[in-house]
Amino acid sequence: MPQLNLVDSINLALRQELTRDESVILLGEDVGLNGGVFRLTDGLQKEFGEARVRDTPLSEGGIMGTAVGLAHAGMKAVPEIQFEGFLGPAYDQLVNQAARCRTRNRGGMTCPLTVRVPVGGGIHAPELHSDSPEAVYVHTPGLKVVMASRPKAAKGLLASAIRDPDPVVFFEPKRVYRSFKEDVPDDDYTIEIGQAEVLETGDDLTIITWGASVFRCLEAADALPDHISAEVIDLQSLWPIDVETIVKSVSRTGRAVVVHEAPKTCGLGAEISALIQEHCFLNLEAPVQRVTGFDVTMPYYKLENDYLPDAARIGKALRETAAY
Amino acid sequence: MPTHDVFNGSVSRVEILSADGSIDEQLADEVRDVLDDEAVVAAYREMLVARELDDAAYRLQRSGRMGTFPQNKGQEAGPLAAAMTLIAGHDHVVPSYRENIALFHLGLPMHQILLHWMGDERGNDIDPKLGISPICISIGAHLPHAAGIGWKLKIDNDKHGTDRVCMAFFGDGATSEGAFHDGLNFAATGDAPVVFVCQNNGWAISVPTEKQTRSQTFAQKALAYGMPGFQADGNDLFASFKVCRDAVRHARAGNGPALVELTTYRIADHTTVDDASRYRSKEEHERGVASDPLIRTRRYLEARGQWNDDLEKQEKERATRIVKEVIATAMEIEKPGKSDIFDYAFATTPRELERQRETRRTGSLGQSPRQSTLSRVEADEAVTV
Repeated sequence: MPQLNLVDSINLALRQELTRDESVILLGEDVGLNGGVFRLTDGLQKEFGEARVRDTPLSEGGIMGTAVGLAHAGMKAVPEIQFEGFLGPAYDQLVNQAARCRTRNRGGMTCPLTVRVPVGGGIHAPELHSDSPEAVYVHTPGLKVVMASRPKAAKGLLASAIRDPDPVVFFEPKRVYRSFKEDVPDDDYTIEIGQAEVLETGDDLTIITWGASVFRCLEAADALPDHISAEVIDLQSLWPIDVETIVKSVSRTGRAVVVHEAPKTCGLGAEISALIQEHCFLNLEAPVQRVTGFDVTMPYYKLENDYLPDAARIGKALRETAAY
Repeated sequence: MPTHDVFNGSVSRVEILSADGSIDEQLADEVRDVLDDEAVVAAYREMLVARELDDAAYRLQRSGRMGTFPQNKGQEAGPLAAAMTLIAGHDHVVPSYRENIALFHLGLPMHQILLHWMGDERGNDIDPKLGISPICISIGAHLPHAAGIGWKLKIDNDKHGTDRVCMAFFGDGATSEGAFHDGLNFAATGDAPVVFVCQNNGWAISVPTEKQTRSQTFAQKALAYGMPGFQADGNDLFASFKVCRDAVRHARAGNGPALVELTTYRIADHTTVDDASRYRSKEEHERGVASDPLIRTRRYLEARGQWNDDLEKQEKERATRIVKEVIATAMEIEKPGKSDIFDYAFATTPRELERQRETRRTGSLGQSPRQSTLSRVEADEAVTV
């Protein structure tokens, strides 16, 4: 079984979906000859031709709007937006057009597209290349939202997303692109959207996280004193959200810490905290803690590490929660 | 009713100083009122400094002292000529990121550009008197800003009899963004004194012009918005100056906006994380390098007896000295404080943000009552990595 990083596993998923289904079409800035600025689409244009892996003019609104049209016409469009900061110009097409499509057409005309977007900070990137806007899209009815943190899950989730009859926002934590490898089966498999994964089992508290923060949380959990064991849940599907896995774990441990890079207020951590108190109120031993970015603009990279939750900050919250 | 033409338009290209150093004397004389030998020598010296800074920034990035950096190499003449048609502090500039030399010419301290790319927001803390907006990273997003600034300038010009203009810089790729349409359309319908300067270097990262647009030129896009469009060889200081001055005069005279296309070549990669050899042929790159505006300007000056090898050596040494000082200034500046990320979020920091600032300091989220029993030392230890 090959050891792949996130870049290679996503590339493999795209290759397999292009092979499997002729209606799959990739489009975006620099995705063709250049293979994408992060090389996610490397080699695909050569293999499948310019008609199916298309370099577009430099316009996110154009990319997303054209993807909506392709989807209306029966294609499985897989647009790439180069960085999450540039979802702005695509927002109208994604939120006001793609997301509402099935509802407003009463199921007649649909919008099966999967928009791939690198997300998050920690790579010393320029402005608008390090944000975490996932909650905006989770808050948008009609969109499914995925953020896979690990290569094996990413491959299965992306296959599901492309085959999904509804629009999916597929966030790729760019800090993880090349920093982690694992065995990835090269056969055709899918992972259901809406399914969290328990990465580590534990009895004393539950950590709920996603994206690049998964690795910071694992680090923090490993550094806990021996008498505290933490359960680590990689949410990976942000919408639909796997309430059952969260509730099952927190009901048992009685304590929960939610970790994300995005700002605190109205971040997905707020929703998860609310769900926990709705479902686990009588089992809770401590208030649910959130370790998050702050309610400020993502700083330029000189201060990004003062903004991003790191293992030390997470670890402190874990100890506080465990001791409560 | 017979059919008849309802629109006819055309775009002319201006070339004065060609790559081999030959010059159209008649056209050159039209701009020698400003571009006399002394001014061209000064411009060439500015180009040498900007080129040295660009190379130095590349080395800083490669040695891990700077983040991603978009090199300006090869695109010095057009933006410098454009800036020479403006009045520093009187006019306003809305830049993208490949016309640093224009900003330097108008008075921006060079170390601020380095700070920006070193991930330090103080690079954007620009003296308001300069009339320079910070670098816009989001492609094309600043073009409607130029229109808005232009609206305000028009109000002021009409009121006070002034003739201020706004100049926006952007690349060929930006013309595909919806914001390009908005910027031009709003400037045109508002009769705003805006000069849109498109540096067409042939590439939007890996996408060549012919995949960006089916228009033969970017300049002709102006005509659809009801403004004049000019095109010039952007590696030719004289031609660039001529069309930019024509466009600026048009705007200063109250005739509304204009678009200038300066054709040039991006000698380096798109940024330091790009590898242009994946999509550009060696032959094309060699042609691009041969059209280097520095080589061309130097040849011109040599032919006029204004430049020689000794001066070249001396001026390159001067450029190296200046850039060393600029780098030292940028490197020596103390890292901004951790609290900095909260200081500029709002004019008045809301209470909740003050609480978050405190949790950042103590490393606690402040939800647990235990936080109050933790000593500062304990809290600080807990967050020290």
